[in-house]
Amino acid sequence: MSAPLTTTDAVRSAVRAFIEAEYDEGRALTDWLNVLVDSGWAVPTWPTEWFGHGLAPDLAASAYEEFAAVGAPGPPSGLAVMLAAPTIIAHGTEEQKQRFVRPVLVGDEAWCQLFSEPAAGSDLAGLKTRAELDGDEYVINGQKVWTSGAHYADFGMLLARTDVDAPKHRGITYFALPMAQPGIEVRPLRQMTGDALFAEVFMTDVRVPAANIIGELNGGWGVGNTTLSNERVGLGAGSSLSFPVATPGGRRLATQREGSIAELKARVRGVVSPRPTSAGGAAMIGAGAGPLIKLASDTGRGDEPAVRQQLARLHALNQLNRWNGLRGRAAIKAGGRPGPEASLGKLMTSHISRAWRDTAATIAGPQSLLAGGDGLLNGTVEIQMLAAPGPSIYGGSDQVQRNIIGERVLGLPREPDVSKNVPFRELTVGTQSKESTS
Amino acid sequence: MTTFAFSDEQLELRTAVRRFLEAKSPTTEVRRLMETDEGYDPAVWSQMASQLGLQGLAIPEEHGGSGFGPVEQLVVLEEMGRALLCAPYFASVILAANALVLSGDDAAAKDYLPGIADGSVIATLAVAEASGDWRSLPGAVASAAGADWTLTGEKSYVLDGHIASLLLVTAVTPAGPSLFAVDPTAGGVERRKLETIDMTRKLAVVTLSSAPGRLIGTDGAAGALVDAVLDRAAVALAAEQVGGAQVCLDMAVEYAKLRVQFGRQIGSFQAIKHKCADMLLEVESARSAAYYAAWTSQDRPVELPMIASLAKAYCSEAYTRTATENIQVHGGIGFTWEHDAHLYYRRARSSEAMFGTPNDHWDIVAGHLLDA
Repeated sequence: MSAPLTTTDAVRSAVRAFIEAEYDEGRALTDWLNVLVDSGWAVPTWPTEWFGHGLAPDLAASAYEEFAAVGAPGPPSGLAVMLAAPTIIAHGTEEQKQRFVRPVLVGDEAWCQLFSEPAAGSDLAGLKTRAELDGDEYVINGQKVWTSGAHYADFGMLLARTDVDAPKHRGITYFALPMAQPGIEVRPLRQMTGDALFAEVFMTDVRVPAANIIGELNGGWGVGNTTLSNERVGLGAGSSLSFPVATPGGRRLATQREGSIAELKARVRGVVSPRPTSAGGAAMIGAGAGPLIKLASDTGRGDEPAVRQQLARLHALNQLNRWNGLRGRAAIKAGGRPGPEASLGKLMTSHISRAWRDTAATIAGPQSLLAGGDGLLNGTVEIQMLAAPGPSIYGGSDQVQRNIIGERVLGLPREPDVSKNVPFRELTVGTQSKESTS
Repeated sequence: MTTFAFSDEQLELRTAVRRFLEAKSPTTEVRRLMETDEGYDPAVWSQMASQLGLQGLAIPEEHGGSGFGPVEQLVVLEEMGRALLCAPYFASVILAANALVLSGDDAAAKDYLPGIADGSVIATLAVAEASGDWRSLPGAVASAAGADWTLTGEKSYVLDGHIASLLLVTAVTPAGPSLFAVDPTAGGVERRKLETIDMTRKLAVVTLSSAPGRLIGTDGAAGALVDAVLDRAAVALAAEQVGGAQVCLDMAVEYAKLRVQFGRQIGSFQAIKHKCADMLLEVESARSAAYYAAWTSQDRPVELPMIASLAKAYCSEAYTRTATENIQVHGGIGFTWEHDAHLYYRRARSSEAMFGTPNDHWDIVAGHLLDA
């Protein structure tokens, strides 16, 4: 019998023993993922009854370090694991948990998030997509936007309006929407970086079984907030809190999971992009100040006081975000749900992104006006220059995060919301032209 | 790996110190003592030693202390920072006692540490001179006649130097910067209390004119010794800064809930709410920095020089911003002498400039990053 997982030493030795017994790069990737999921080490902070060990973030970090030491692949890194599964564990029925959680962890099914709409951004409760009952199914009509991974998703976490007579927060329902059906149209949406990492999703007479409601009918606002809390944690987490290699998830990427662990790693390494994407830029930022320290040394600018000040501050912000997470105020308490403190990590991530951009610009000097293959770090400096405004908007803007911190952590009074108790059908939402408001 | 988890014993220590300081160092007492020349209450000072053993907390047991480590020291200093305690604790316990312990001079440790531990000796460390820089070569010189040394020069920014009964002074010998113990009553020593922006922490200028001194540790070894003391002082000051910054945040949030304008509590306005949220992020991050530094000091001392500077730089800036924003949230009342906000603002500004500015410490951090 091994020691209880209450110390870093116990965690490390348990993970080492597991790796020793099970990890072999010649092993089939899907075989390894199944063993990993059954062991509780795929998602060590999750509850023990749902594939985890209920560990606090600092102990989980030790486990991830052990997997990083051998370069072991873990579950998919996308929204299915980060958002959908924790939400279903918190609010789903037993059947829904049995149906949806495991396929996500072993990579069989990918999810996207169908929350934001053209008229419902920071005021998400103003969403207009309708869900109307027809027999034992709901019929969905509406439009979602800023949807990452919509092309690859098997299911969507859908928030739709089921009662237009109730005030806006009380007429929303959360569905698990099957994405492979007629009536769903995904259009890529080009960002200011030039990449198209997310999409618009149009839904016309799309159908979802009533059995796919997560939580209560008209109780979707609370369920959606669990998803959003997990998003704040995921987007704000220190870079060390995950596996070094993620598995591609979803039925549409099934061929990428074929073969051995070694073959997956070769594929990941073999992906040579002619132009880094803003997703690659995010990975570079996640690497901390390291790439810029090297750039400063390589360009001979490491002696300049302005460069030194900015590099040191950037390094500190990365460390502080990690330490804040480890201290637990900004992270999931062992086995529990994330609290509003996670907004601190989300806010810090915006600071880091801007600091990375500004430090890069200082080091690059005039070269920061070059792009693509002519730009520094193979164009990553350019990409980050353009991508930096993103993190303070997506996943809840900095201003929304500050409201959450102010109201739910510090207990400051809420701003009066004149639309809070008005039946939804009487509200105007979104960007109104003069004609439409008359 | 650092766990950031306090033991039950450490939590009890925090409770005991907080209770003591709430009773002995309310802001009414802070305001009374900051107007005095001595700047502390000798009765409270001796109770700190006799009832709680605070002066000897981290002094080795063989020299009359309790032998606790940097984490316990952090807990105590965070509480002292909250209370703006007026006492020569930082000078005697953090600067002087650490200098004696780190000097490796057993005879001096044996002679001086028990007095520091029981509070009967108030010691301080005199390193900086007119420029206020703690890391430059001393202008003060020491010359030897046989085994007897005499020191000549002017030391400034000496914490509690006007009341200390033991001065540890750096001066240059032919072997380089060296540390000496000087008895301020032994002749050749003149002291003058300086006027300071932070009235709760007194500084003095000390003029040495062929003052007799005793060599502490190795002749010529004080450069590295002072660096090591400054790393510990940086962590200790960071802990104080966290304590003070937390009070500023608490004051601002409390006032934002009480004050009503335009028919609403001002904390319901995003202009104020978002300020408070930003303050919380900075206070929590400062706390992470100071705590991580204390655990580094205990568990991984080889990493301390970089982490100590990171903590000092970040906590300095966080405290100054928090103390400034607290005044802004309060509006006019926050700008008055009667309100306590300026006491914290003064302490924040003085702590930021002491033992190296944030820019100095960020440059040290950058040096570790770029040279690694």
